[in-house]
Formats: sequence, C-alpha cells, structure tokens
Amino acid sequence: MDLQFTPQELAFRDEVRAFLKDKLPERIAHKVKAGQRLTKADQEEWHAILNARGWLANHWPKAHGGPGWGVVEKFIFDTECALAGGPRIVPFGVNMLGPVLIKYGNEQQKAYWLPRILSGEDWWCQGYSEPGAGSDLASVKTTAVREGDHYIVNGQKTWTTQGQHANMIFCLVRTDREAKAQSGISFLLVDMNSPGVELRPIRTLDGDREVNEVFFTDVKVPAENLVGEENKGWTYAKFLLTYERTGIAGVGFCVAALAKLKVIAARVLKNGQPLDRDPLFAARMARVEIDLENMKTTNLRVIAAVAGGGVPGAESSMLKIRGTEIRQEILSLIRRAMGPYAIPFVEEAQYEGYAEPPLGEPEAATAAANYFNYRKLSIFGGSNEIQKNIISKMILGL
Amino acid sequence: MNFQHTEDRRMLADSLNRYLSENNSIERRHQSAEGTFGYSTSLYAGLAELGAIGALFPEEAGGFGGSGFDVSLVFECLGRNLAVEPMLGALVVGQALIAAGTDAQRAQLEGIVSGGTVAALAHDEPGSHYELSHVAMTAAQTATGWVLNGTKAVVPLGDSADLLLVSARTSGAAPDADGISLFLVPGTAAGLSKRGNGRIDGGRTAELTLASVAVGADALLGTEGQGLAVLERISGYALLALASESLGVMDVAKDQTLEYLRTRKQFGVPIGSFQALQHRMADLLLEVEQARSAVINAAAAVDDTDRLAREKALSAAKYSVGRIGTLVAEESIQMHGGIGMTWELPLSHYAKRLVMIDHQFGDEDHHLARFIALSQATAEV
Repeated sequence: MDLQFTPQELAFRDEVRAFLKDKLPERIAHKVKAGQRLTKADQEEWHAILNARGWLANHWPKAHGGPGWGVVEKFIFDTECALAGGPRIVPFGVNMLGPVLIKYGNEQQKAYWLPRILSGEDWWCQGYSEPGAGSDLASVKTTAVREGDHYIVNGQKTWTTQGQHANMIFCLVRTDREAKAQSGISFLLVDMNSPGVELRPIRTLDGDREVNEVFFTDVKVPAENLVGEENKGWTYAKFLLTYERTGIAGVGFCVAALAKLKVIAARVLKNGQPLDRDPLFAARMARVEIDLENMKTTNLRVIAAVAGGGVPGAESSMLKIRGTEIRQEILSLIRRAMGPYAIPFVEEAQYEGYAEPPLGEPEAATAAANYFNYRKLSIFGGSNEIQKNIISKMILGL
Repeated sequence: MNFQHTEDRRMLADSLNRYLSENNSIERRHQSAEGTFGYSTSLYAGLAELGAIGALFPEEAGGFGGSGFDVSLVFECLGRNLAVEPMLGALVVGQALIAAGTDAQRAQLEGIVSGGTVAALAHDEPGSHYELSHVAMTAAQTATGWVLNGTKAVVPLGDSADLLLVSARTSGAAPDADGISLFLVPGTAAGLSKRGNGRIDGGRTAELTLASVAVGADALLGTEGQGLAVLERISGYALLALASESLGVMDVAKDQTLEYLRTRKQFGVPIGSFQALQHRMADLLLEVEQARSAVINAAAAVDDTDRLAREKALSAAKYSVGRIGTLVAEESIQMHGGIGMTWELPLSHYAKRLVMIDHQFGDEDHHLARFIALSQATAEV
C-alpha cells in the first residue's frame, strides 16, 4: 500500500497549480467560488485558455489534440482546478461527444468535428432524455426517417442543459420502430439552426433557466451526420455514459465546497460563538468530512485500478452516488449555516456585477438557490436509483 | 381519547380549504408571492372575513378561538394551499398584545383580526442565528418615550407591514436574558429604512434599519427589561403555527409524489411498482405521521402552564418538522426526477417551503439543542 503520489505526479500537480495561478482569470474564479451563474462567454474564455495549453480535451488521445494523460493526471488536474475555482469543463462536446467520435466516428467526421469542439466553434448539447424516456433511456421516441441523403427528424428532447448556448445537438433517435427497445436507436448530429428545431427554456425551482426542451418538426439532417452504424446507437450511447467516469465523484468540487463551508462555519456566529463550536453543527461537518476522506480513497482505489489497466465499470456508480450525496450534504450545510438569511432571494445576486452589500453573510445570496439547484446531482447522469440498480446487477449479481 | 377536531373546527377547515383552493391556485399564488406586497391583499381580506384570523385569538381579544388546536388547524390549511398571506405576523403580534398589552395597546387587535392591520415581528438580528435572547438593538429612554437604533434581519413582509413589534435592549448586552423590551413601532416611523427582497420560497421579507427611531412612552409593550418571557410565549405560538403549516405542506407533497409514482411509467410499468420506491414512500408516510403527532403534542401543550413541559413539546415539534420536512422535500423531488426540479410543477414550491420553514424561529439543530437544555433543566427541578 502506498497512498502517496509519485514524485512525477507531484511535479505534475505543481505544474497544474502554477498554470492555474497564472492563467485562471480571477474574475471567473471569484464567480465560481461565490456560487454565481456563469455566462457562455465565461465558459468559452476558460475553454480557450485550456485549449491554448492543450489541456481542454484532457482525456483525448494525443493524435486528436489531447495531452495524453492517464487517469491519475486527469484526477490531479480536475481536483486542482476545482480547488482553484476553475469552472467545470462543459462536458457535452469535449467529454461526451469527442470520445464517441474518436471511437465510432468515420475519418471525415473526426477531421471535421473534433477540431471544432476544441476551438469552441461548435457548442454542443445533449439530446438524450425525453418526456417519456428518463431513467428508461432506451424508450426514446424521437424518430429519424431516411429520405434520400437526409434523415427527417421528429420528436422532443428534454432536460437539455445549456441548450440555449448550443449550435449543435447530438441525439438518440429511433430509426427502426419495429425493433426491440435498445436496437433500432441511432446516434445523430443535428444542427440546432436547422428549420424545425425549436428550443424552449425550462425554469427550474431556483428560478434558473439553464435546461431546455428541444422540439423537432420535420428537421432535415444530412445522412453523413449519422455516427457509426444505423440502429447501433445504443452501444454508442452506453459508451458515452460510462466513458471516463473516474471524474464523476467530483472530489475536487467536494473538497473545495468543504473548505468553503469551514470558512463560513468559523465566521458565522450563533449566540456569540462561531458555528463550528456548536456541537450539533460541528458533528454534521465532521460526518461529511469523514465521508469525504473515505470517498477520496475509494476514488483513488478506482483510479489506481484503471491506471493498472482495469476498466471502470460499476465502481463508477458507487462514486457517482457517494460523490453527489456528499456535495449535496455540504451545500445543505452551507444553507443551514446562513440561518434566517437563507430565506431572501435576490435574482441579480446570482450574477456577476451585483454591487449591493450582502444581506447577512456574503454566501447567503446563493446558498439556498444552490442547495435547491444541486438536487439535480442525484437525478441527472443516470439517477442514483439507476446507479444502485447497476451495482445490484453488476457487482452483487442480484 | 379523541383525536377528532370539533364540529366547529372541521367546518372552519372545510371552508378555509375550499376558499383557498378556489382563490389561491398555484398561478394566483405565484402572482401574489411575486407581486409588490408579496401576498394578496384581497385573499388576506377574504381569510379575515372567513374567520381565519379570529380563530387565532380568544373571545376576550375579539376572536372566537385561540386554543392550540385552533391555531394548528388554520395553519395546516394555509400550508396545504401554500398561502403566503401575513397570518404568522398576525398571530405572534396579536398574542403579544394579549399577553402584555395595555387596554389602549390591545385596541390594535381589532385591526389585526379584521385583516386591516398587517403586523410583523422584527426580532432576528444579524448574528443571532435563532437565539431568542440575542438582541443587540438598543432603545434609550427620552423625556417623551424611546429612541431605537439597530438592525433587524429578514422581517417577514417588513417592507409593507403597518405595525412592527420590535425587540430592543433597554439594559444589559446580548445575550442577557434580562434587559430586553418590546416596542410597537408603526411601519411608517421616521428613521426606519427598509431593504425589501423576494423570498426563495415566495413572498417578501425585509432587512430593517432603525436609525434613531423615536416612539412614545406608550410604545413599550409589557414591562421594561422583561420582554424575553413575552418573546418566548409568542415564539411558542410561531413554532406551533409553523409546525402545523409544515404538516399541511408535507401532506400535499407526499400525496403529489404518491400520485406520480402511480402514473409515471418507465420500463413499461408505473415506477410505483418498484419495491425500492415503495419502501421509500412507506418511510415518508411513517415520518409524516410522526410529524402529525408532534404537531398534536404541540397544540395540546401550547397553553400548558408548566413552562418546561410546554417548551419541550414546542421544540420537539419544530425539530420534527425541520428534519422530516427537509426529508419530504428532498425525497419528493428525487422520486419525481427531473420534473421535480421545475418551477412549473407545484411540488417544487411545496418542497422549497418545507425546507425554508426550517429557517424560521429556529432550525432542527437549534430546537434539538433547546430540547436537551430544557430536559436537563427539568431533571434539576
């Protein structure tokens, strides 16, 4: 047993830290740490900075513009980024579509789409879920019918995160209505500016509008936008969902959030004493800290197994469940720490440039909204219930 | 034993639920919550006319109820219908007038009961974090009355309330139990500035800054320096009211989730056919019934003259609904999946209200600690 990073890995960590210190814009880091909402321009700026260094698509192979990192380097990078207040890399193009194209796309598709993901020329969103196909993703009903050199797409997608920023959407569509659920699905790339595509924002309970419904009415899609083989899309969809899930625990985000919580609890007073001296609150903090310490090692165990040539399978389901639970608990504690000041909600304070003095603690402006918004963590990306089904089947054999 | 409400109370509950379901649809509720006042003046007038406010007070105070079960029943109805009207302010300020007011001061009850006067308690302060005795605002005596200075946090409808009940220190320092006094301050007082905001759970709240606000000698409510006992008394009513409201909210959230489990199909079957979800729904039912019992205990205890027994029951109820309300909110959203995260679905607003009730008059931890302290005090007696 050796829980330490190697000297090379530590040197890599220092390199990442130096890069972040030098290149991560203070303005953006401040917004991330304050829990404010990021604009598309913020995210594009950060992507461009990473891309200039060759670190944007950090798990793509070198041949396609990746840095050639292994899982340990990627873990170190993700963690350091989160600790420094770096925004999450928007996953749809870089982390989701990119690997699918690299594995299943034809040469023409790789040559055309991959550079556009890196440059930010295309902004992708995900067309997976439908009103009747959430956890049961294989029951997608959006159809694509081949007519000459085009597909005609009809149907509806939902929960399309950041769809309002996207010009492209990758979709699961049904190309064979007679086939059994999982077969008969294809993986299609659709231009959001095509006639017949309509986007409607969904307002979430915290007042945010980052998810959308996307409607397709007789949308013409060039047949060359089919990835892989017709009716084999489920294979690609599953690959996308399980690809590179060692990052799913969100260790960096958890560690950063816990550090923020501790600062708050040392500052907020309950009857003249800091909240971290309150035995009940201190116990809540200690519990989540212990859970996080344990999960960090669980995560490293999975990473070490992958680095040793293993394939992350159902283990990533464990990490998804525990990681999201821990993040949600920390956000819940930040909300609790605000006391009555968790109640007021100022929409403008969710964005950069709000200049009014804070009501109560500075974190109060976003504490409740973030707590409610991040209830999504245990729902999306395969709900935690679906992850438990996977564990039951794949690990326990039940 | 009899766990039935009286015929009169059942009739009141029926008429309140009918009135609110007809006049406070979720769309109307959002309009009220996001409007100028943060509530509907016409709905509030309607509630007053139906006797919802009168039910909170005894006959000698111009009402026709005032027992714990009256208060509980009204607030459970408000919770079921997610009402944002200023009933809690009416209850606590009205009860303060009853507990400590002079005849002249008690005359203000008429306006409260009729709904014409909107009242609010301005007590929390920055840094008090639910501690009742943590009052730093000062009140200095002058030849003609008092001058108040300080800041009050998160006052419900503080930007539009007509009558504010303000706690201030006339001697000592926070968190001394002695030296807290209560003052009736008009919402239009000179020197009172208001920073109004919306609430995450709908409605409005305000941070109030009092800069040399001068009030007459007749503004002092009760005995100078002895306000904490009155504050504890009216907070007790607030705990009962909020616990009851929470129960009404969680009943609806539970029913909506159950309905969703019955109708939402995935993998070709209703998701309610999955045993994992059945057991979680069964857990919710158990917890909600425990909350109901906690509310009954609190309603029965609110008039108990044994202070320790009374306050333990009240803290137990608020602790219970704090813990269970958050659980019901989180589980209801989770079992709905993505749709549970949307503004469009009424459930999400019920969930927000459940969680934010835990941020009023002391959260789960605060009341657990208070229960422990009260238990230890009981053991010493």
